[in-house]
Amino acid sequence: MGPITPTHYVLLSSALFMIGVFGVITRRNIIIIFMSIELILNAVNINLIAFSLQWGNSIGQVFVLFVIAVAAAEAAVGLGIILAMYRNKETINIDEMNVLKW
Amino acid sequence: MAETITFYMLGGLILLFAVLVVSTRNTVHGIIFLVIDFLVVALLYASMNSMFVAAIQVLVYAGGIVVLYLFVVMLVNHKRPPEEYADPNRRNWLGAAMTAAVLGELVIIGAYASLRPAAVSASATKVGYVKETAMVLYTDYIIPFELVSILLLVAMVGAIILARREW
Repeated sequence: MGPITPTHYVLLSSALFMIGVFGVITRRNIIIIFMSIELILNAVNINLIAFSLQWGNSIGQVFVLFVIAVAAAEAAVGLGIILAMYRNKETINIDEMNVLKW
Repeated sequence: MAETITFYMLGGLILLFAVLVVSTRNTVHGIIFLVIDFLVVALLYASMNSMFVAAIQVLVYAGGIVVLYLFVVMLVNHKRPPEEYADPNRRNWLGAAMTAAVLGELVIIGAYASLRPAAVSASATKVGYVKETAMVLYTDYIIPFELVSILLLVAMVGAIILARREW
């Protein structure tokens, strides 16, 4: 176990990213899909912080704040859509939310 | 050495709780695991010397977003289990195989990279402290900052309109 390099952080964040993608692809409960998207955004943030430290540059930290703000906006709008969908179709299963499919 | 142990411990916890989030049957349990995951990620930020981002992670993610999720789970009443119906055209195994392939690729990249480790960051500058982050945020990035505030306002109005019962 040597010292921690940016490679370690990138591997951790890619593993977290792939777990999130796995959740988005295989789950049918739309709330769990949203939580997986939050995991993906967290993976991106870990990357940004790691490279910000590596290059001694604060811009990465600032972009993490922007990503968090956009995640908050996404969660608010997405959960509003889930509520509206539930009111109309009485389901949170994405396989039944196919009114826009064809 | 302490840094190495901290990283492996926090990284293992992050991945463990992420797996629990995507694999749990009960949505409320999933949200609890998500909170724990966010808090461990905040600890990772703190171990990377980024205290301000760690604080924002706890406040916004673990404090704000998760409460939104809990509200929605409580409003959405499960009369029938959400996963009982599956689209016959659904190809779960294809998605699982694709993510497994990318994960295998990551393992190969990690094994390859461990042969030639990247240089440890010099990082003598005080990256991550509140003062340095604020200096960049409020000088060079003041216009994106204001745009993000407008985005949050628009999202708030949009969420209220979407969640309204009737016009």
